[in-house]
Amino acid sequence: MHRRVSCQSDQIRKREKIKRMADITKKVVTGNHAVSYGALLSRAEVIAAYPITPQTEVVEKLSEMVANGELRAKFINVESEHSAMAACIGASATGARAFTATSSQGLALMHELLHWATGARLPIVMANINRSMGPPWNIWSEQTDSLAQRDTGWLQFYCENNQEIIDTIIQAYRVSETVYLPAMVVLDAFYHSHTMEGVEIPNQSAIDAFLPQYNPIYKLDVNEPHTFGGLTSPEWYYELRYKIQSAMDKSIKVIKDTAREYEKITHRKYGLLEEYRTEDADMLIVAAGALSETVKEAVDLLRQKRKTRIGLLRIRTFRPFPKEDIKKILKNVEIVGVIDRNISFGNEGIFFQEIKSALCNEKIKPGIYGFIAGLGGRDVMVEDIIGVADILAKPGNKKDIVWVGAKI
Amino acid sequence: MKEVIFYGRGGQGAVIASRILAVAAFKEGRHVQAFPFFGVERRGAPVTAYTRIDDFKIRKRGPVTKGDYIVILDPTLLDMSEIVKHAKRDASVIINTNKEIKGSVSSGDVKVIAFDASMIAVNNSLGSQNAPIVNTTMLGVFSKITGEVAIDSVIDAISENISVKKDSNINAAREAYEKAKK
Repeated sequence: MHRRVSCQSDQIRKREKIKRMADITKKVVTGNHAVSYGALLSRAEVIAAYPITPQTEVVEKLSEMVANGELRAKFINVESEHSAMAACIGASATGARAFTATSSQGLALMHELLHWATGARLPIVMANINRSMGPPWNIWSEQTDSLAQRDTGWLQFYCENNQEIIDTIIQAYRVSETVYLPAMVVLDAFYHSHTMEGVEIPNQSAIDAFLPQYNPIYKLDVNEPHTFGGLTSPEWYYELRYKIQSAMDKSIKVIKDTAREYEKITHRKYGLLEEYRTEDADMLIVAAGALSETVKEAVDLLRQKRKTRIGLLRIRTFRPFPKEDIKKILKNVEIVGVIDRNISFGNEGIFFQEIKSALCNEKIKPGIYGFIAGLGGRDVMVEDIIGVADILAKPGNKKDIVWVGAKI
Repeated sequence: MKEVIFYGRGGQGAVIASRILAVAAFKEGRHVQAFPFFGVERRGAPVTAYTRIDDFKIRKRGPVTKGDYIVILDPTLLDMSEIVKHAKRDASVIINTNKEIKGSVSSGDVKVIAFDASMIAVNNSLGSQNAPIVNTTMLGVFSKITGEVAIDSVIDAISENISVKKDSNINAAREAYEKAKK
């Protein structure tokens, strides 16, 4: 399921130039508009959102699409993100395909209702543009906002580029509607949101076949009244939690199957993880989001100039956490550096914790070290990644956690 | 990969210029990336925007530290010593000015091209004498000087992405292209 990249990067890049399907539209769009196109192609039926930098353009574009008739949806203006999620929950409960987008403090304000969406088993899809939490006020990229929602039961997908954003929104609906869990599609503030890139906009009829209308078994219907989310005693609440966990477990296979189906119509394959030049690697960098493209540049450079056998493991799906696949990949390497654009204060980077916990009972496991980088939108350059590789390559004791490039 | 830096002031269209250039190059089948300096833009304040153009997929992200081409929309932003820091050794710097360029351009083989884009913009009723909007005019110059994109691609990109005074913008770009000396 992983996108394996084995040969020279030039060849890979050249292959990407080959035109694939005749009926696709090519466009230069920002990451924000890539989200909007994803929602458009998914035929979202209800959109409720509140503006926040850097997410604003997502809903601006969607409101334009609704206003000009391109997207047949109800656009609900609300007074807060809490209300936006409440509106999506109501809409989804009636069987409508609901969409919203937010960022940072906006996501934090939704927190209570994120649990509600999961408990009610509503397949809402939301884009979150990773932005740091204030104070101090900062509008730039950081993953702490979405990772702080780790335990709300939302699927979480981290995207690398604008093409992947469109493709992931569409696939997220199909996965969500199969397992009845909400999904968050995560992109980086500015590195994606405000950066224009060329993308292929898939053909609508192909997407319609891939993602048929949402038709849940139970829905809120005035003609057939039921109670939803009412009081449930300890006798059954516990089992309902088990069912959410089972749905998460099941989603691993669903994500893989969905990726396979999606590949048939777009020739682009995504899975739970992406492996980049890992075949013979004895050193791996783990990263997620836009940062991972920088790691790929560094990997190519280190392989070419220093003959370092280094690769990248990109975490695309954070929830469900693909433990089994991670174990298989990491058992073959000697040393791993996990780069977190986030921090769990008082402990470590969050991906670092998760990776370590996945491996804790393995007999053979690599040395794993944590690196915090790029908080609040500090640029992480190729040289910074090379610095990480240098630390990993140096024999002897290492710090458990390194703050890359921090003025400390 | 070619990396372009646009310097302007909020309201002059530096960000739009970076995007139009990306669209123009994309039309020629190239991989592109365009983005503003990730800040909070205000009218009149200095604005920086970037375009990357390559034959391969672009994975580099974040600001351009050293540009192949530097386009300066506002002559009052002219601090050559500062600009040269962001230029590759053989970079071309295209400046909108009606004055002669003096001063210290000593870093490598940086080529400085001065062009009076304000006059062409104002003649095409793009902005006023005090606040000319020169972004599309400068793209005409860029096309001629660098040869990175054809003027027809620039004009196509303008006509698709600019809805206000479309013809004026197209005319200004073409006029600048014809007047600029390679």
